[in-house]
Amino acid sequence: MAVLVETQQLTKKYGERTAVDGLNLTLEEGEIFGLLGPNGAGKTTTILMLLGLTEPTEGTATVAGFNPQREGLKVKRIVSYLPENVGFYEDISALANLRYTAELNRIRRKEAEELIEEALEEVGLADRAFDKVGTFSRGMRQRLAIADVLIKRPRLAFLDEPTLALDPDGVNQMLELILKLRRERGMTILLSSHLLEQVQRICDRIGIFVKGKMVALGGIEELGMQLSNNGGRVVEIGAEPLSEDLIATLRAVKGVKAVERSQKLLLVSSDRELRPELATAVATAGAKLHHLRLQTVGLEQIYFRYFREN
Amino acid sequence: MGIIPIFRKELADHLGSRRFAILFALIVLAGVSASYVAAQSIQADLAQHPDQSFVFLRLFTASSGSLPPFVSFVAFLGPLLGVAFGFDAINSELARGTLGRLLSQPIFRDDVINGKFLAGLAVISVTILCIFFVVGGLGLRMIGVPPTGDEMIRLLFFFFISVIYVGFWLALSMLFSLLTRQVATSALAALAVWLFMAIFVSIVSGLIAGAIYPVTNSSPVQQQLDHATLQGNISRISPANLYSEATEAILTPDLRTTGPVLLSEAQGMVPGALSLNQSLLLVWPDLTATIALTVICFGAAYATFLRQEVRTL
Repeated sequence: MAVLVETQQLTKKYGERTAVDGLNLTLEEGEIFGLLGPNGAGKTTTILMLLGLTEPTEGTATVAGFNPQREGLKVKRIVSYLPENVGFYEDISALANLRYTAELNRIRRKEAEELIEEALEEVGLADRAFDKVGTFSRGMRQRLAIADVLIKRPRLAFLDEPTLALDPDGVNQMLELILKLRRERGMTILLSSHLLEQVQRICDRIGIFVKGKMVALGGIEELGMQLSNNGGRVVEIGAEPLSEDLIATLRAVKGVKAVERSQKLLLVSSDRELRPELATAVATAGAKLHHLRLQTVGLEQIYFRYFREN
Repeated sequence: MGIIPIFRKELADHLGSRRFAILFALIVLAGVSASYVAAQSIQADLAQHPDQSFVFLRLFTASSGSLPPFVSFVAFLGPLLGVAFGFDAINSELARGTLGRLLSQPIFRDDVINGKFLAGLAVISVTILCIFFVVGGLGLRMIGVPPTGDEMIRLLFFFFISVIYVGFWLALSMLFSLLTRQVATSALAALAVWLFMAIFVSIVSGLIAGAIYPVTNSSPVQQQLDHATLQGNISRISPANLYSEATEAILTPDLRTTGPVLLSEAQGMVPGALSLNQSLLLVWPDLTATIALTVICFGAAYATFLRQEVRTL
């Protein structure tokens, strides 16, 4: 796989505040990369630097072999950007908005009409092409923004919080759409979000970005492993009655490292799969088991863990 | 060239906008009524003194007691036209969330501001040209005296200086649209400057001149002269006054000077019209100052736009 985006020690300072701090990031052609981080972590600043819209204080970025600062026009010809809180000209139609984008990209009229039709079809807005954008719902606008991204037939798309303020249905449509773009057009996508669940669903790789620093990078499993190595597995047990006797019995199970009480549940830490043994132990102690669950090491834990650490 | 689609889009937006319709109606109404009144007074005057020159130009400068002349209307309402097409040029794009999308297209950054400025200027030119034709046509019908070649050239100069004058207000309001995030703030700021320049500068200049060179009826001549000169110079801070002075000289060939004249100086003056060259020479400083103000304002807006961080824009 060819490397499409590469940054080396990319840094941006706004006065005293460091928005992006020594970022090293590599994006390969055809992947969906999720930039995950809380608001104000520097995700948008990173994207703006990659587009050449903001100058880095230090470090370099390369996008498809071009330097965004010096060859911004070349970068912008092959990269599409969907800004956070994207908007359109409200008093003209969806079609007219997309035509403007096509004109700015110097696409010939005839070709543009085909591209626009195709893009609107893709996002399911073909029947609303002639309606003013002012009448569109939030979800429709966001889909129109995807159509807008498609007009220049980009190799790479930067989507900044594409699911922001969408209802669950809208979120699903948006995520499906993003997957489809990669599948059918082979686009490389850099997606920023503060919602881990969504990033988890569609991204091949994830970078967790906190206070301008990339604190973790890799596939979801990899990130999960990083955490498991430290914390191990935790099983939740709900039983009746929750006596000291039961806790002692559980502690005695081979392989159990610790048993903690958390309200009506017991949290049992271990290094390996112990659920059958634990269930048996509960029965032996004479308690009724009504809840037994392995806490999944989702991104949520990873996310909050890095949050806390920073 | 990224500027062409932006120019075209902005032009279409302006021409189709309600604010254009309202302002156009307002200015046509003002122009028609001013020139109608002027034509009436010219008619009456011509009946008594049939042998006069530069009659056509007087359509634009003559006034009667009830209404100010056409030039004053342009001086006063022109800024409104400029402000209307510039005050939300950039910050409305920011508020709508279209600026990021626009700047991520393969265009140069200055294409955006150049395209917007030129589109505004084009709309202003068209509006002023239209109103000239309306006034000219109406006047021609009422007074029946066609313009001479010299008058046409003078009108052409009047047209250009009017466009540049309104262009100043366009550039100024665009600058405000870059400096403030709220559309309402930039509109109010531009209107405040307009009101200050149109009304308060004249008052303030009188006050300052009065404080430095107090005059009464019995003051010595030098004192009175200094007072008038200082007041004139202070009021020239306002582009509206520069514009009024310049257009007055261009449209009134009889005008010999823009400042105060002593009776002794006027003695031996041969009455008659100045040639166009001489009229231009008389207000050359006013003309260059107006052009310079416009260029400076646009330059400031241009530099601000290019330097501003997209995030803080």
